Order: sequence, then structure tokens, then C-alpha cells
Amino acid sequence: MMRFLLDAEQREFARALDGMLGSAGTPRVVRSWASGDPGPGRAVWARLAEAGVFALAVPEEHEGLGPLPVELTVAFGELGRHVVPGPLAETAAAGALLGRLGGDVARAWLPQLASGKAVASLCVLSPGGSPYALDADAADAVFVVEGDTVRLAESHGPVQPSADPARRLARPLGGVVLEEGPQVAAAAAHAADVAALVTAAQALGLGRTLLERTVEYVRRRTQFGVAVGSFQAVKHRLADTLVALEFAQPLVYAAALALTADDPAAGREVAAAKVAAGEAAHGAARTALQLHGALGYTGELDLSLWIRKARPLRDAWGTPAACRARVLA
Amino acid sequence: MDLDFTPAEDVFRAEVRNWLASHVPAVPLPSLETAEGFAAHREWERTLFADRWSVVSWPEAFGGRGSSPLEWLIFEEEYYRAGAPGRVSQNGINLLAPTLFEHGTDEQRARVLPPMASGEVVWAQAWSEPEAGSDLASLRSTAVRTAEGWRISGQKTWSSRAAFADRAFGLFRSDPEADRPHRGLTYLMFPLDADGVTVRPIGRLDGKPAFAELFLDDVFVPDEDVIGEPGQGWRVAMSTTGNERGLTLRSPGRFTAAADRLTALWRSAADPCDTALRDRVADAVIGARAYQLFTYAHTSRIAAGGSIGAESSLNKVYWSELDVALHETALDLLGPYGELSDEAAEAPAHGRWAEGHTFSLAGPIYAGTNEIQRDIIAERLLGLPKGRR
Repeated sequence: MMRFLLDAEQREFARALDGMLGSAGTPRVVRSWASGDPGPGRAVWARLAEAGVFALAVPEEHEGLGPLPVELTVAFGELGRHVVPGPLAETAAAGALLGRLGGDVARAWLPQLASGKAVASLCVLSPGGSPYALDADAADAVFVVEGDTVRLAESHGPVQPSADPARRLARPLGGVVLEEGPQVAAAAAHAADVAALVTAAQALGLGRTLLERTVEYVRRRTQFGVAVGSFQAVKHRLADTLVALEFAQPLVYAAALALTADDPAAGREVAAAKVAAGEAAHGAARTALQLHGALGYTGELDLSLWIRKARPLRDAWGTPAACRARVLA
Repeated sequence: MDLDFTPAEDVFRAEVRNWLASHVPAVPLPSLETAEGFAAHREWERTLFADRWSVVSWPEAFGGRGSSPLEWLIFEEEYYRAGAPGRVSQNGINLLAPTLFEHGTDEQRARVLPPMASGEVVWAQAWSEPEAGSDLASLRSTAVRTAEGWRISGQKTWSSRAAFADRAFGLFRSDPEADRPHRGLTYLMFPLDADGVTVRPIGRLDGKPAFAELFLDDVFVPDEDVIGEPGQGWRVAMSTTGNERGLTLRSPGRFTAAADRLTALWRSAADPCDTALRDRVADAVIGARAYQLFTYAHTSRIAAGGSIGAESSLNKVYWSELDVALHETALDLLGPYGELSDEAAEAPAHGRWAEGHTFSLAGPIYAGTNEIQRDIIAERLLGLPKGRR
């Protein structure tokens, strides 16, 4: 009988990550990461690895636990909720890429990615795609796919700050070709789907925190002698935010199931999930900004770290326009 | 977690599809909101009933198949995919029947449900009043106890299908002394051709008499037509609002089928360079899929012992806005033909898009306006404080 719900183990996995990240003080970690000190972020990374997060994208034969797309979306939801910095989607996608390619490069890198010893970034160069590798300066390996080739970048260009201070963008430079052939393009397409899926999950988690914190704020904040959360204009905006998040969530799970089954429609399902989750999170950020008033427009407010991440995540690994085209392809 | 159908469910789907393929009229029936169309749709209900397809989720004793909620969703997906007619009996099947299953007596179920399933008796909902719309609990129509039963008086309005329906169900104030507006109400069923009932059809936006005003002047209702305990009408009525706002009134199959037709229209008619329209078509496809998946998750939760409460307000807002956006997009794709009424001989797709558009515009209003739904979402799901409406 169909059971389109997380099971007890998956829910417990989410709870455990939520508890661990909740006590990790991630806003402080993000501010360090943004200033170019990845130390505290790498410490969180190590604890995530211990919990098995990075092994979920790595096949069992390479010391991973996966591939387990549903569990990945569960984990990335929590990473988003707690605004964890770093090339998270890129490391998961690199795991998917190398897992498909196999061979020496997989044997060399996958166990390290699974254990959290190595952090990877990934750049898939394509027309309209991003020329940057996220957090190349903090990564141990930057994989670059261009057409039929994949290479390991030798270095990177200067860091270009993003609208999200935690996202440090740089062009990958040089490097030797690791593998060449049509199998590379196919593996890269799969990796890009994994990246889009987990980015969608991460965006939804981000959106949930934005909504929760904003609800807390408008319950506390009083004007005209009453909580501003009692005003209909405020309530209705928050209600719409919840509607968007709630209806995006099942698209994300369905896309994860489609990737699990290697369904030929997986690309469309991932694209649909990415549009809905990205737009829902972006809408949640706009709502959070508006309903916090001038306070929301300050970098001092920790919630600004969530607000500023929403738009880049909406566009990363497939802009809404590109994904909508893909839904109808 | 899975989205898999069992082999038995696949067989069920094939059976539904085959039956529809050989029975759905090739040309759409005349509009449901006209006398001629109403009669044709009633006849269609009889055809469905004859092969036990009119109420698949009901027990067999009442004309159903005892289908699971998931099988019902499959039926609906296939039904709308086949372009089958709108359901003239939907108010009875989706709103009154669940109330009778939960609060009715065996006698009421045996008497009311089979003729409802066959289309022999078509039901209208009599809830709203001129001064009681969103604030339904302020309703003023009365039910007065007599030696033989009850006498009901007052005015009901926006009663869907009442222009041509046979009977109605609704809420009446039986205890004017009750301390709160939603106490002292009684849920009753009554015939629309009874002495003292005057039905005045109301033309909807396109003039078709899709609903009506009911003037009730000392209309007799026997005790056997009271649902639940007298005075408990609000509780009885509220048990069906989840159905109305939730999945049963507008099943996802309607929207996945409409999104498929929209995609086909876009492929055949659209300028491929017009990415603005393309994006809106994609959003309709994504929205329909999201609603379908959300409903599968709901069904799974119910099967696991959960229930739906205020969450049904999320559904109502979502499907009603999806329906409008989808049909607005279709009209835009039709260009100069988008303004043709469904009665125009040259209306594309036999006027289906025009009719669907008119119908969709009511969605954000009926079954509790979307403003009320957003209040419910904000207060009951997000925990925001109550304020002035």
C-alpha cells in the first residue's frame, strides 16, 4: 500500500540533525565562514559526516551509505533550517558524479567525501550555467565538468562575494582531465539533478525557519496596543507562505523517489521541485524581511543570514526559468 | 516512502479507464447550470450508477464499491482524464453523504443514500443566508419544534444547484436562547417542492442559474429528517467542512487532467518564443502535481491513523487559486478566441475552457472564502492571535 510519508527512522534522523545543529550556534559559524575562516564550519562538517550526511550520496562500494536521495533531502532540509554554510549540495553532487563514473577517481575521492575528510566543490560549465565553484577556497577538491570532460581544478580565481555572505564564489582554473567521454556528460547530468534536488530541500528548510521565526516575531511585536500578528494583512501573508512551503514539500520527496528509481521523468520531477521550493523559500524570505520591518533590513539580525541565502538558493543549480522550461521539455 | 500502486490498484485503474472509454459522451453535455444540461447530467449519474461508478468509495450496500481513498483518487484521475461530465450530484455525495455516514441513522442512510447515488434525488446545500456568509454562525433561519416534527422558516441563499435540485440540507436556529451563536443550531433535510418553499434561481456571473435563493415559510420537516442531535447542528455541519475544503470536493484528478489539456493546448497553439506564457503553463503543471502529491501524503496519513483538521484550509486556498490561474492561462493561449462564451458555436474545445474559467472564479469564494481560510491557517496552524475579521 502506498505510503508517501517519511518513516520513523527518517524522522528520527531529521530530529537528531536538528538537535545537533541547533546547539552548534550556526549563525556564528556562518559569520566566520563569510569572513574567510572556514574552521568552525569544518568542525560542523565533521559532525555532519559523523551523522552520515555525506555518505548518503556515496555508493556503498565506495564506503558510503547510498545513494539514498530521500534521506539526502531529509538531511538537507535540516541543513537549510540551520543555515549551515559550505559547498553542501556540491559535495553531495560530486559524490553522485564520481559514483556514476567509478574507477580510480572514485576510489581516490569517494571514501574521503563520505567520511567528511574532504570537502568538494563542483562546477558544471554550460551555457547559462554558473561559471563559479562555490567555496572553492575552502574545498579540498574542485571538480569541473565541461562537455565530455571532467577535471580536477588546480586553483581558483579571486573570491567574488555573493549576495549571501556565506557563499564564496570563484572561477576554477587549470587542472588535469580525469576522464573524457559521453559517460562524463551523463554522470554530470545526474549529478546536477542531485544538486538541484538537495538545493530544493535546503531551500525548503530555510523557508521553514524564516516562517517560524517571523511568526514568533509578529506574536511578540506590538503596535497600536496589540500584537502585529493579529492584523489580517500580516496573517494572510504568513498563511500564503505556509501554503507555498507545504505544497512544495511533496514535490521534493517525489523527485527524490524518482531519482532513487532512476525514473526517466526524474529530471522533470526535480525541476518541478526546484521551482516550487525555490520560489516558496524566496517568498518566505521576502515575507520575513517585510514583517520584521526595518529590523529585517539589517545585517545584524541573525535571520538576515537566512534571508540573504534564499535568493541564491532559488537560482543555484537551475534558475526558476530554466526549471520551468524543463518541466515542459 | 513510496508512490507505488499495488497490482490490484493498477487493475482497478485499467477497469475504470476501460469503462470510461466506452461510456463518456464524445461531445460534452450541455452546461450543468441549465435545465437541459441538468437533466442530461442527471441521466449521466444514472449511467454511472448502473455500473457502480457513481460513488466508488461508499459501501456496496448503498451502491458503491467500498473503494479505499487511494482507489477513489485513481477513479477521479481517470474520470477527469477521460473528459467525463461534471458531477451534478456532488453536493450530496461530497457534503451530505459524509455527514450521514458520521452522524446519520441507519434508517436515514438506507433511505437517502441509494437515490442520491443514482441521481434520482439531487441535493442542494442550504447554509448561507443574506446576513450570514463568512460569519455562518450568525444565521437566523429558524426551526421550531411542533408536536409532529419541525417547522422551518427564513431565507437561505447562494444555494448551489438549488434551481433544479430536489432536496436540500442545511442549518437552522432551533434554540434562540442559546448563549453562543454556534449553539442551538439544528441540521435538517427538506424537499425543495414542499409547501412553503419558494425557489428563486440566481444567475451566476454568466447568467446561468447555478444557484438560488430559498424562501422558507413554515415548512414542515419530520423528525426523521434531523441529522444528529437537535441543537448540535454546528458540530454536525463542521464535520463536513473538512470534506468541502479538503480533498473530496475538488480532487487532484481534475487539475492534473486540466494541466495535461493546457500543456497540449500550449504545444499546439503557443509561440515557442513566448516564455512568459510557457512559465505559466509550467506553473499549472507543477501546481497540479503538487496538489496530487499533497493529497497522496494526506491519504497516507489517514491510512496511518491520522486525521485532517485545519489543514483542509491549505487545500482550499491552493486548489482554488490553481484553478483560476490555470484557466486564465488557457484563455491567454486562446488569444482572440479566449473571450468567446461557452455558448458560442465557435468556442474552442466546445466551450470547455470558457466554462471552466467561469466556474473557477467562484472557487476562492465558496466553501468559506479564501480570506476566512487564511485566517484559519494563521490562527490554527501558525498559532497567531485572533483579531478583528
